[in-house]
Amino acid sequence: MKPCRPLAVLLLVLLVLPGVAGCTGQSRSGVEQIEFWALGSEGEVVAAMIPDFERRNPGIHVTLQQIPWIAAHEKLLTAYVGDATPDIAQVGNTWIPEFAAVRGLTDLGPFAKASKTIDGHDDFPGIWATNVVGGVLYGIPWYVDTRVLFYRSDVLASVGYPRGPRTWDELLDAMTRIQRERKSRWGILMPTNEFEPILALALSNGSSLLTQDGTHGAFEEPAFRDAFNFYVEIFHRGFAPVVSNTQVANLYQQFAQNEFAMHITGPWNVGEFKRRLPPDMEGKWATAPLPARDASAPTGISMAGGSSLVIFRASHHKEAARKLIEFLSEPAQEVRFFTLTGDLPARRSAWETPALARDPYFPAFREQLERVAPMPKVPEWEQIANAIDEHGESAIRRAATPAAALADLDRTANDMLAKRRWILARAEGKR
Amino acid sequence: MKSEARAAALFLAPALGVLVIFFALPVLAGFALSLTDFDLYSIGDIHNVRFVALHNYASIVKSDIFWTALGNTLYFSLVGGPLTVAVSLAAALLVNAKAARFKPLFRTIYFAPVVTTLVAVAIVFRFLYNPRFGAIDRALGFFGLPAIDWLGDPHWAMPAIILLAVWKNFGYNMIIFIAGLQAIPDELYEAARIDGAGAWRQFRHVTLPMLGPTFLFVGIVTAIGYLQLFPEPYVMTYGGPLNKTLSAMMLMYKEGFRWWRMGYAAAIAFLLCLVIAAATALQMRFQERS
Repeated sequence: MKPCRPLAVLLLVLLVLPGVAGCTGQSRSGVEQIEFWALGSEGEVVAAMIPDFERRNPGIHVTLQQIPWIAAHEKLLTAYVGDATPDIAQVGNTWIPEFAAVRGLTDLGPFAKASKTIDGHDDFPGIWATNVVGGVLYGIPWYVDTRVLFYRSDVLASVGYPRGPRTWDELLDAMTRIQRERKSRWGILMPTNEFEPILALALSNGSSLLTQDGTHGAFEEPAFRDAFNFYVEIFHRGFAPVVSNTQVANLYQQFAQNEFAMHITGPWNVGEFKRRLPPDMEGKWATAPLPARDASAPTGISMAGGSSLVIFRASHHKEAARKLIEFLSEPAQEVRFFTLTGDLPARRSAWETPALARDPYFPAFREQLERVAPMPKVPEWEQIANAIDEHGESAIRRAATPAAALADLDRTANDMLAKRRWILARAEGKR
Repeated sequence: MKSEARAAALFLAPALGVLVIFFALPVLAGFALSLTDFDLYSIGDIHNVRFVALHNYASIVKSDIFWTALGNTLYFSLVGGPLTVAVSLAAALLVNAKAARFKPLFRTIYFAPVVTTLVAVAIVFRFLYNPRFGAIDRALGFFGLPAIDWLGDPHWAMPAIILLAVWKNFGYNMIIFIAGLQAIPDELYEAARIDGAGAWRQFRHVTLPMLGPTFLFVGIVTAIGYLQLFPEPYVMTYGGPLNKTLSAMMLMYKEGFRWWRMGYAAAIAFLLCLVIAAATALQMRFQERS
């Protein structure tokens, strides 16, 4: 390494100078430029909707940036630190607590209250709640995502549950009979590196995952513990194969070949199942909301996922950005977005579109979305969630007893939350 | 004398200045960072930074994931490094052989991967590795071998990354080996032939010893580069499946930019730096002895 020459310095200076001058580059005369970052395929598709918005708002020009999902989280945080955030962005709704913790987002509460288009009561309550941190509304739901039960209706009908199991007892009974009567090779497929099934079981059992103030893990509490034991038991009784999702070579083929009768997965797989299952599988599979803990609840509780639209605090074009959010949240636009992407609309009124209401597979999602819960709203959550399936796997593989795995999970979570406790304690001390 | 020293200092100043600003200062700042718990909360409010001394280092050494990552990195370097050097040397011998024709053409072809953008290469390799329509599995199928899910199977992901890295990097070492080969005087081979040495013994007792210094250079440069394995897994597998291609650099990136635990990530960087320094020292010692 020795390319350190005065010439290099000169070049650097020359490179940096126009950059500094160029940073402040403003709009064409009279037209307000707003920068919008959208992720993955949503970013590609929304490009087709922007011209309509610009036609309705001739004074605004939207610059759209498409960012791949895998790099999006890092890119947004780095942009925030480098003071280069866009005006408006799509974010996964589980990221909102993080961006709220770094104080990067604008409070959208007053805007939502004043807006004629946006109506929180039309949104699913569990989804809306993901956008509220510490009582402040930071995002407007754009589309939603949750997991439900996909099952082979022919197999489940043959063991007495044509509409799918509605409670944990029914689920256990169905799996027992499937195994005893050899209706499928496995009762259910729950890849061991996915934390979603564990979380859904725990939420359905009333677990808060962390303590209410979000400072400690609540994994040894009975609500989580019983759900965790139930999850591990499914594997230990041989109802589910011990495989990670990278080992599932072809989910659709294996489902068609009756390798497993049930699977917990999300809305993107409705399209995939329709497209990829052989024609003779038509009418032999269905979707249902997750089973409830017992008959006292209508369904189980699933995770509130999806994406929201946020406005960054540093934006100088908040008014224009709010107009774009209003436009994209109109039920008609959400329906259009659904037809373009397959992403489920955030507003109940958009669900009245025949493509959703008359489809055989989506109504289960509609029912489930009424019963979804947000993840604990602490910035450390994603890290903690990643530890959950690791501990689940060690209990499944009998590397640890469920009790020991949960004790270790609590310890891990408490370590990750140490900084948060310190900050809260200090804030308390100041008051 | 004094004015000479001043002139020397003046001439050195720009280079030293750049080194200090762009190398020494960031390294110092990085070390300082590794002694703090700078994280997400600190971005929002700088008062949320605490000095933690060597706590980051202690918790890294205690974490399983760091040793997994280091193990993967060593696996990659110990298998991929020698393989790259061997392929480079073989290519150099071929291109440099007396019987070889179109030498400049082959040199260019073999060197081309080095100057190709890695991301473009990675996209092509992802197609090649695809278990359903990839050319590699098609070829395996032609010989009646089962298809391999190169990037999805935990056992094959690292070999797949190694293959890519060897293909991408051998050209650079090859050029250096060619230079080394051309510096060996013909008289030595002549003398060996007169003494009755065949091709293999000429290679073993003339070429290899004469290439000693070249080996040292190539070995160290390759080791340093390979211990910093990052872009290949970043674009091909993102460290998966099951962390089997998670390298130490990849772990540092994830901790730093995914979870934004900058203090912790900086400490990983310094530990990796120690490992690389140790590997280099070991190689120099080994080479000196032989």
